[in-house]
Amino acid sequence: MNDVLDVTLRLLIVFVVFLTFPLIIGQTEHKVMAHMQGRLGPMYAGGFHGWAQLIADGVKFAQKEDVVPAGADRRIFQLAPAVALLPYLLVLLAIPIGPDEGAVGQVIDAGVFFVLAVMGVGVLGSLMAGWASANKFSLLGGLRTAAQLLAYELPMLLTAASVAMAAGTVSLPGILDAFEWWWLPWQIVGAIVFFVAGLAELQRPPFDMPVADSEIIFGAYTEYTGLRFALFLLAEYAGIVVLCGLTTVLFLGGWHGPWGADGLGWVWTLLKTAVLAFLVIWLRVTYPRLREDQLQKLSWTLLVPLSLAQIALTGIVKVVIQ
Amino acid sequence: MTLAAAAGLLGSGPTFTAAAETRGFLSPTGVEIAFLLVGLVTFGAAIVTVTTRQLVHAALWLVVALGGLAVEYLLLTAEFIAWVQVLIYVGSVVVLLLFGLMLTRAPIGRSPDADSGNRWAALTVAVAAAAALVWVVVDAFRTIWIDLDGPAAGSTEATGASLFQNWVLPFEALSVLLLAALVGAIVLSRKAKAEAAPPAEPTPPKSTPAPSPPAASTKPGSSPAASTKPGNPSAASTPPGNPPAGSPPATSGPAAPSEQEGTR
Repeated sequence: MNDVLDVTLRLLIVFVVFLTFPLIIGQTEHKVMAHMQGRLGPMYAGGFHGWAQLIADGVKFAQKEDVVPAGADRRIFQLAPAVALLPYLLVLLAIPIGPDEGAVGQVIDAGVFFVLAVMGVGVLGSLMAGWASANKFSLLGGLRTAAQLLAYELPMLLTAASVAMAAGTVSLPGILDAFEWWWLPWQIVGAIVFFVAGLAELQRPPFDMPVADSEIIFGAYTEYTGLRFALFLLAEYAGIVVLCGLTTVLFLGGWHGPWGADGLGWVWTLLKTAVLAFLVIWLRVTYPRLREDQLQKLSWTLLVPLSLAQIALTGIVKVVIQ
Repeated sequence: MTLAAAAGLLGSGPTFTAAAETRGFLSPTGVEIAFLLVGLVTFGAAIVTVTTRQLVHAALWLVVALGGLAVEYLLLTAEFIAWVQVLIYVGSVVVLLLFGLMLTRAPIGRSPDADSGNRWAALTVAVAAAAALVWVVVDAFRTIWIDLDGPAAGSTEATGASLFQNWVLPFEALSVLLLAALVGAIVLSRKAKAEAAPPAEPTPPKSTPAPSPPAASTKPGSSPAASTKPGNPSAASTPPGNPPAGSPPATSGPAAPSEQEGTR
């Protein structure tokens, strides 16, 4: 009975985090973008600096009619948002935020593989949406999504493998247990490659070619309305939470901090995740969109070689210090 | 929920024991029943994959079948293999498949020509292969049971240790094979590009219509890779003709599939 309660509680907490953190990041994005562009952003909803804007948006989405285009493949069209969103919920289960046994949803032996595998499944949702919409812009968006995933999955895997090599384990809490501060300069190239590839996998600017609104309207999500559209947006922001959390855990030492690490580990994790999320927003405001050929070129000619070099460096250092 | 349940089972882990005499087929445990049910789902999805007339649906049912296999690995406590299965097959192979389908043709609804005259031959081969595999596996592991209560036999550590201690030679042979495939893919794609490109690429904007027909007419007799000719000159000559908005997908499109086809 106690076990059942424990599992239920953990699932509940992960679910609440899954529902709230993306909204917090979305609201932060509204405000940060606005201030970077010299305006105020949402100010009315909820009273204080428009804090309830996203809740109001959610209510609006829920009221809209759920339209399925006449020529669409009905069932796949309706299934796609769930396929896009649920993997991120599963990934959140495996990310540890503190050093204790209780600070992770579920300890998974092959955590790195689990996380990357399940994140890759989420992209299937965009592909299904792009195909099932019976819309050429959606199809183009789906194609670009697929091409982007194929290009950026490899550097992401390679850099994660580099960390796993350094730690000698593929379990996420295990990697954090083995973490030392000098891993930061040692794995910094891998960290940047991982983060950039993750941004591309989430289709965040500057890698938002698949949803480039000035060319193909909104890519795979063009035909979606109401709640299903909101689910795709939620998936994007949940993806930001997951990517920033993962980068924190794999490369930035998670709950380790220069001071006050005892008992406050989770604060460090959340702080680093928040800083990375701010960086994601900042990049969106700062950089123009990469063209499709530039996207492919960046991955195959820069990120893949860099991650291979990082693996070589990791291997050399690992052998030297033993 | 199933994940937590499966991971909970994994926490306890297995060992291989030869304790067949204490086991029976008539009193299955919960895990065995779950294994059977997931196996039925996987089998059904696999059958739908090869019988459905809708191409993209076939690819999506393949996702279900491959995912079901991953769950079976999980139930057998081979956690590492399960996640790698999802990562490679669902995350990459099926995405590649869908990419190829969407790039060539992926009609919504039934494809009347999504059928093969070889279906009986294919069925025969499939049944024969399945029978051989089942026979070999049953014969090899007749008296071996996975003990779900002992230390994990399929954990990453155990898998890695057995891979690099007992199976190093096959592992290395496989990696050399993959390397050869990789090099071969690069050589093939470069050769195709070298034959198609010279008229088109040095002077991209205007001179394509004139030089490309001679290139197409003179070379096929001498080139071994003549089968790639009809596709590539036309693909290389599309960018100048297209309006600017269409050109990024047109330029990236032919480059990407030629890589993908090579690796496949």
